[in-house]
Amino acid sequence: MRLAILGAGAVGRSVADLAPEYGHEVVALADSSSAVVDPDGIAVDAALGRKDGGDALGASDPEDVFETDYDVLIEATPTTLGEAQPGFSHVERALADDRHVVLANKGPVAERYEELRALETESAGSIRFEATVGGAIPVCSTIEDCTPQSVSAVRGVLNGTANFILTRMAAEGLGYEHVLAEAQDLGVAEADPTFDVDGTDAALKFVILANVLADGGFSLDDAEVTGIQDIPGSALDLAAEDGLTIRLIGEATREGVRVGPRLVPENGALAVTGTRNIVQIETKNAGSLHNSGRGAGGPETATAVLSDVGRLPLR
Amino acid sequence: MSDRADSHEEPAEDDEPETDGGLQAHTVRLELVDEPGELLRTLEPIAERGANLLSIHHERGNITPRGHIPVEVDIECPPDRFEGIVDALREAGVNVVQAGANRYGEEVNVVLVGHLVETDLSDTLSAIEDSPHTSVIDLSLAAPEGMDAVSSARVRLAVNTGRAEDALATVREIADAKEFCVVEPLPGGET
Repeated sequence: MRLAILGAGAVGRSVADLAPEYGHEVVALADSSSAVVDPDGIAVDAALGRKDGGDALGASDPEDVFETDYDVLIEATPTTLGEAQPGFSHVERALADDRHVVLANKGPVAERYEELRALETESAGSIRFEATVGGAIPVCSTIEDCTPQSVSAVRGVLNGTANFILTRMAAEGLGYEHVLAEAQDLGVAEADPTFDVDGTDAALKFVILANVLADGGFSLDDAEVTGIQDIPGSALDLAAEDGLTIRLIGEATREGVRVGPRLVPENGALAVTGTRNIVQIETKNAGSLHNSGRGAGGPETATAVLSDVGRLPLR
Repeated sequence: MSDRADSHEEPAEDDEPETDGGLQAHTVRLELVDEPGELLRTLEPIAERGANLLSIHHERGNITPRGHIPVEVDIECPPDRFEGIVDALREAGVNVVQAGANRYGEEVNVVLVGHLVETDLSDTLSAIEDSPHTSVIDLSLAAPEGMDAVSSARVRLAVNTGRAEDALATVREIADAKEFCVVEPLPGGET
């Protein structure tokens, strides 16, 4: 397939890098200010080299991407809340042109799911968004394979930063602020870790999962969200007395979305350590399935994007 | 096996061994007020209904936050009488924390974080116990920064089966009013 990639951050770049390995061709790559477009395939390394050197990615305008002859639009611009712009408009435009869209951007899928599905119905193109939930871990596709109606709930850890902090606090008996600073030094936590530690990032992912289970109806406002900022080391110590630990756990069902610090068995499946993520898919007829792995990172998330591209019907 | 069924031996149901009432052992956990005669009052409904008393474990040294004494009673009776015995205990005003394997009771752990001491911890525990079918059976408090700073408490609740969500809702309400953070257990699924 011919890919047009919007967003040249960690995910967009990795998709461009890995596309040939998966048998696809990149015909356009854009960041917010410029684009490189070539119907015969762009020179990815050269374009990214220019960007790294402080120059424009290419000579074209980001708008030109939509005029290119592409099969799949890869929406990998930063996640925005509320109206989820400009991501939503990008998807709208590609679908109006009967192109497929694969999203790595959580905003449109979490905040405007029904509108996305309505646009998809009107289009010959289809949308997929495996990369929005759990990085490399196949979550949406597993639910799709089980069929959403046979899944009663999805629970788990979908924020590596919060999980890293809680793991270190429990293991080292250190306080929240101390471990957060350490996580920032290691590059595990961003300079502004608000959305990771206050539960927003995990909530967006579980909202998406609730939308998949219930075929829409949820946005971030419908989620009940509590962060981990107020969890002292002593709470983890007390939990450990009973063989329990605390993790930032999300739950998505057809009834709602809830994210907050929860008690889980210390040696249970959901108590993954470090930045690892896990989802537990509770099925009606086959018990629970657990998928675990790397929930973030450029190449990791790009593999989810490219797997989605492979699942699309040929145009 | 059809040739066997055709043979005119005793019908299958007559081969079933006669059960002698099928005595079964049950454990009942109670919380008693620390007053003379309380234990005797508890044992009466058990004896009156023809159950065998196997053992009594009176945990004097393990008083609950409300000042009650946990008592564990093992009895033996036919399965169909057990429920009547538990009902009779409850009617007699005995606080039955848990009865039978998982039939009546389940335990729920929560961790509370906040100004637990300043906001009157014993009032918090009483308020939790005001929730129907809920009883506080264990408490650990950690206040490494001192009693007037943020502290954590692990509270183990015994609730009647199917009532865990009610009990947690009560805890959430109390926590909202007193501005605690509640770390709840995660129900469901296989771990």
